[in-house]
Amino acid sequence: MPFQPIKFYQTGTFTVGNRLLNPEDRSVQSHGNRSNSITSGHRACQGCGEALGARYALDAAMEATGSQLIAANATGCLEVFTTPYPETSWQLPWMHSLFGNVAAVATGMAAALKAKGRSEVRVVAQGGDGGTTDIGFGCLSGMFERNDDVLYICYDNEAYMNTGVQRSSATPPGARTATTLPVGPHPGNVFGQGKFVPAIAMAHEIPYVATATVADLHDLEAKVKRAMEFRGARYIHILVPCPLGWGTASQDTIRIARLAHETGLFPVFEAEHGIQVSALPIRKQLPVEKYLKPQKRFAHLFGAQPNQDIIAQIQALAERNIHRYGQISPEKS
Amino acid sequence: MLEQIEGSRAVAEVIALCRPEVVCAYPITPQTHIVEAIGEMVKSGKLMNCEFINVESEFAAMSVSIGASATGARSYTATASQGLLFMSEAVYNAAGLGLPIVMTVANRSIGAPINIWNDHSDAMSQRDSGWIQLFAESNQNAADLHILAFRLAEELSLPAMVCMDGFILTHAYEQVDLPTQSQIDSYLPPYAPRQVLDPQDPVSIGAMVGPEAFMEVRYLAHARQLRVLELIPQLVDDFKQVFGRDPGGLLHTYRAEDAETIIVAMGSALGTIKDTVDEMRHEGHKIGVLGITSFRPFPLNLVRDALHQTRRVVVVEKSFALGIGGILSTDVQMSLAGLNLPVYTVVAGLGGRAILRKSLHQWFRKAEQDELEPLTFLDLNWAVVNQQLMREEKVRRSGPAAENVLRHIGSVASKIA
Repeated sequence: MPFQPIKFYQTGTFTVGNRLLNPEDRSVQSHGNRSNSITSGHRACQGCGEALGARYALDAAMEATGSQLIAANATGCLEVFTTPYPETSWQLPWMHSLFGNVAAVATGMAAALKAKGRSEVRVVAQGGDGGTTDIGFGCLSGMFERNDDVLYICYDNEAYMNTGVQRSSATPPGARTATTLPVGPHPGNVFGQGKFVPAIAMAHEIPYVATATVADLHDLEAKVKRAMEFRGARYIHILVPCPLGWGTASQDTIRIARLAHETGLFPVFEAEHGIQVSALPIRKQLPVEKYLKPQKRFAHLFGAQPNQDIIAQIQALAERNIHRYGQISPEKS
Repeated sequence: MLEQIEGSRAVAEVIALCRPEVVCAYPITPQTHIVEAIGEMVKSGKLMNCEFINVESEFAAMSVSIGASATGARSYTATASQGLLFMSEAVYNAAGLGLPIVMTVANRSIGAPINIWNDHSDAMSQRDSGWIQLFAESNQNAADLHILAFRLAEELSLPAMVCMDGFILTHAYEQVDLPTQSQIDSYLPPYAPRQVLDPQDPVSIGAMVGPEAFMEVRYLAHARQLRVLELIPQLVDDFKQVFGRDPGGLLHTYRAEDAETIIVAMGSALGTIKDTVDEMRHEGHKIGVLGITSFRPFPLNLVRDALHQTRRVVVVEKSFALGIGGILSTDVQMSLAGLNLPVYTVVAGLGGRAILRKSLHQWFRKAEQDELEPLTFLDLNWAVVNQQLMREEKVRRSGPAAENVLRHIGSVASKIA
């Protein structure tokens, strides 16, 4: 029998095995008394990044608030797969109103709690990228600029998955969606469009902005808890791979999310009052092909004759993000 | 206490006495004075325990009201015209969720062409939304209807809209008997929601409902609307006891007892119509008025009771369903099904066009002779209309219609009289 060394660290990441940590540093999910805010039995697809992200985020927020939490939800996958009534996955007070108004609904909740002198009860708003960066953007910006006491969480899977994978303003360039098909001389989503809402949130100079992925759930939990230490508008943007829309294997959700960060395409950082205060460093930068190739939405870039031109443009975006958000510490680069 | 006061200010004072906890404001003419006054009262501390939020759109105003109401707060907002249309998705949503939000609609036309003046097109666009819609005749009536609206909405868990004519009421200074805080407190108990988001007792609100239950849920909303018809007379009785006056119930008649012609209308035009009817009565005409306060729910049976003995009905309405004609008159005709009563629809006052007694006299006299077309337009300038129709016939690129009409009329500012 060959010698099998015991690994205390997952290779290629800074993720530390939970059991090696001090009890107070362990993840909320590892606690027996976690709140299971989104309990089992919901109808999400296998490997759904959004279900995973929402569960970790809300349980962390529940712990931070002593379960004094109310959630508002935009229309979208998360809303649909959690409430096939008479079943509901939500173990906290939860409300869905419309696609484009979740930030405003949450503002109303926070205002009601303030007027009633119940400031110990906190409010979280949740939406997908469509509900956040497109149709709900006006309400989101309003909530930000008024500094309403709401934590807004965007679960970004980079397209309208609930309606069948159409392009949103968070869809990356080159990606195939049902409305950016890989046909014609410029296959997939065009370059030079789209928006990165975390940067726009920072421009509102709200108390706290963070990005995270479902690859580093400890980091995600820490950011949610940090967010709950502030009053006022807070924004967390979580990259949540979608096996259905991205054309990835359901067991690869976390790996793909990690590659998004390790290639530099999705910067992970925190900002306070408009200034970046931390970055999750890339341990070993990988070429963007490593991230693109396992995803069928980028399949048209590869094959017999890879589209080197587009891949190079995507690589340039990764380099820009790494530079802009300090994803590699200067001494390492 | 009697005060000479602007309509908007009177409404704001009454809203404040109703102790709202969340008030949203997005400015649109002619609603602005109402929310400005409430904002001032919150800022000065006159209205306490109330969050006043300057939102970024009417869609947000209604959405904030939805969130606040579902969290157990008495919620109020006000809008008009394009603003009501812009929030329409949330207006339907509030009704579907059964949240007792109260909203003032300072009635104004809908563009294009853009026009800031009064008609009822905005409220009519939401008539099927599930909101209670009450139309005020005067500023006293507008103030009183808001008190009734909170009581009614919260009793039934339904949102209520109080419609008051933009400028004609909102900007008019009239005598209004403002209630006292103790009167309001004795009439309007604290809001006890049927459904509330509370960590002590978590519920999910706003689930998807499929074909297996959607019709039932919609029917229940209709059933609650019908309850309004029973409840308003009771609440009006309570109101009279506390405030000593009639806030206007579902509808009311004026000099209609032996009338052979009854004019049906809503809102401030009733004042002009009643004056005209007084003059005609003086000359011996058998003519009367039916004023409708509750447009939604529509009191079909009471309208039928009020009209069935007359010989003809003239509906004067400040709304217009393009492609068919009247909106109020369609509902009036439904209430008269099988009675074989002629109903004349008179579309009047669109976009702030003044409704003049002189013109009403003409129209009503024609109606009495049964010489009125089924659908007519009070004081429509046919010369202008026909000229544009001819232009369109002759020239392919005839240009924008509104601008052509204005060029034809010449610069006369707002020729409203």
